[in-house]
Amino acid sequence: MNNAIIIGQYVPGNSLVHRLDPRMKITIIFLFVIFVFFANNVLSYSILTSFAIITTAITKIPFRFILKGLTPVWFLIIFTFLLHLIVTKEGIILFDILGFKVYSGALIQGFAISLRFFLLILITSLLTLTTTPIEITDAIEDILHPLKKIKFPVHELALMMSISLRFIPTLLQETDKISKAQASRGVDFRTGPIRDRIKAVVPLLVPLFVSAFKRAEELAMAMEARGYQGGEGRTKLRELKIRKLDIYVFLVFLLVIAGMFYTRNY
Amino acid sequence: MREKFIEFRNVSFRYGDNEPWVLKNVSFDIYKDEWVAIIGHNGSGKSTIAKLMNGLLYPQEGEIIINGLPVNDKHVWEIRKFVGMVFQNPDNQFVGTTVQDDVAFGMENRGVPREEMILRIEEVLKAVRMEEYRLTEPHRLSGGQKQRAAIAGVLAIKPEVLILDEATAMLDPRGRKEIMQTVAEIQQQSEISLITITHDLQEVVKAERVIVMNNGKVWDEAKPREIFAKKDELRKIGLDVPFVAVLADELIQNGIMIKNEPLDHDEILEELWTLHSKM
Repeated sequence: MNNAIIIGQYVPGNSLVHRLDPRMKITIIFLFVIFVFFANNVLSYSILTSFAIITTAITKIPFRFILKGLTPVWFLIIFTFLLHLIVTKEGIILFDILGFKVYSGALIQGFAISLRFFLLILITSLLTLTTTPIEITDAIEDILHPLKKIKFPVHELALMMSISLRFIPTLLQETDKISKAQASRGVDFRTGPIRDRIKAVVPLLVPLFVSAFKRAEELAMAMEARGYQGGEGRTKLRELKIRKLDIYVFLVFLLVIAGMFYTRNY
Repeated sequence: MREKFIEFRNVSFRYGDNEPWVLKNVSFDIYKDEWVAIIGHNGSGKSTIAKLMNGLLYPQEGEIIINGLPVNDKHVWEIRKFVGMVFQNPDNQFVGTTVQDDVAFGMENRGVPREEMILRIEEVLKAVRMEEYRLTEPHRLSGGQKQRAAIAGVLAIKPEVLILDEATAMLDPRGRKEIMQTVAEIQQQSEISLITITHDLQEVVKAERVIVMNNGKVWDEAKPREIFAKKDELRKIGLDVPFVAVLADELIQNGIMIKNEPLDHDEILEELWTLHSKM
């Protein structure tokens, strides 16, 4: 059995950030994402950057681990920077490479946009790094709760999400088992032209789907036998609670945002 | 005389109008606090009986009465409150993302307050010896552990009858032993009726009564010892006779007088070593 399966990229820990209420985390991140676009000078940017970096430090997740996780995004960040360098034509000409003029405004603009991009990705990835998927599901259910008034199936959606999360490792194990079973019958998944390799996936997917449907049917029956009748009148074991800690953290965040707005006019 | 808890009165069932009958005119009673084993080969209708007891299926003919209530659309949710069921596949009945979430599922459905849930989770996990696994995810558990978690989930709703529908069929011998042991303990400690549905004669040993199903009919209803004595007939209806029973038979044929039909290794050992002292 493969025990190394981690859902999402959650890194277990017990830091301040880990212990925060997931709804609070989502709110703060949501606001942060908006306010990043209000920063307009060195000071306001450095306030937001320090906030992001200090938060990252508090999580105690090794910085190198996070940077490695951002590898696919580095390309985009650098690309954005270079694009600005080429396109923007403001300020004075700094230097000239092979007849290609680089403006000072371009350098600043490119740097600012790349930094903004980096901050956005860093802060949002902290959510999945410090929050278990089931906590995120609970938080989403709670945040969407008002939508129940317009008959949006909030409880059903959350239940579907949590059941999918629960079955991801099970289905991965099953995929592994089926692919070994098919490989032992001579199916080649790894070599040969792309067309053959895509074809080889069919004998993997068909049994997987058949078994997934069978599982769904049995699970539905088991749930019914255990008295599941939808969200009405249900109580919940997992409970989200806003504690003093959450409120303090939110106040600190508001101060940071206020500081950012204050320094905007410098 | 004990109180009747489940009554099957001339029950017939089929999955569709043109399908063959799965159950034909089946009648039996199950009493309070009793352990009954229902045994039969594949397709004998034994699993259908389990689903009928929980209102997952309704019979076309006849009547099922549980705790004084007829099983129908009106009473089905009431009945599910005191009929707990554990299914065959350990993976396909595990709803929660951790053991504790799964144990809580049944209670959440019934609106049990959170404080009480926490107490009951503690209690039932102790009963099935799974305390250390409270926060473990299902894919890190063995089949036997998953089934024990499922039993805990059922016990948490305090049912009056626990039905195990081939709950050990997909487990290895060790997991099977764990489950049978857990179940026997629970039966002793609490006042709960237990119905174990199986095709393995070895598992009926501890039951008080055995109902043998064959081709949708009740073939026999007796104590385990009496059932074990009918080896040849059992073989004819497609059931495997346990080794101990076969051994006892061979011994008798070879002139060693065994008086009681032995149910397990200890009993046959007892018979053998006291053989001469009796004479």
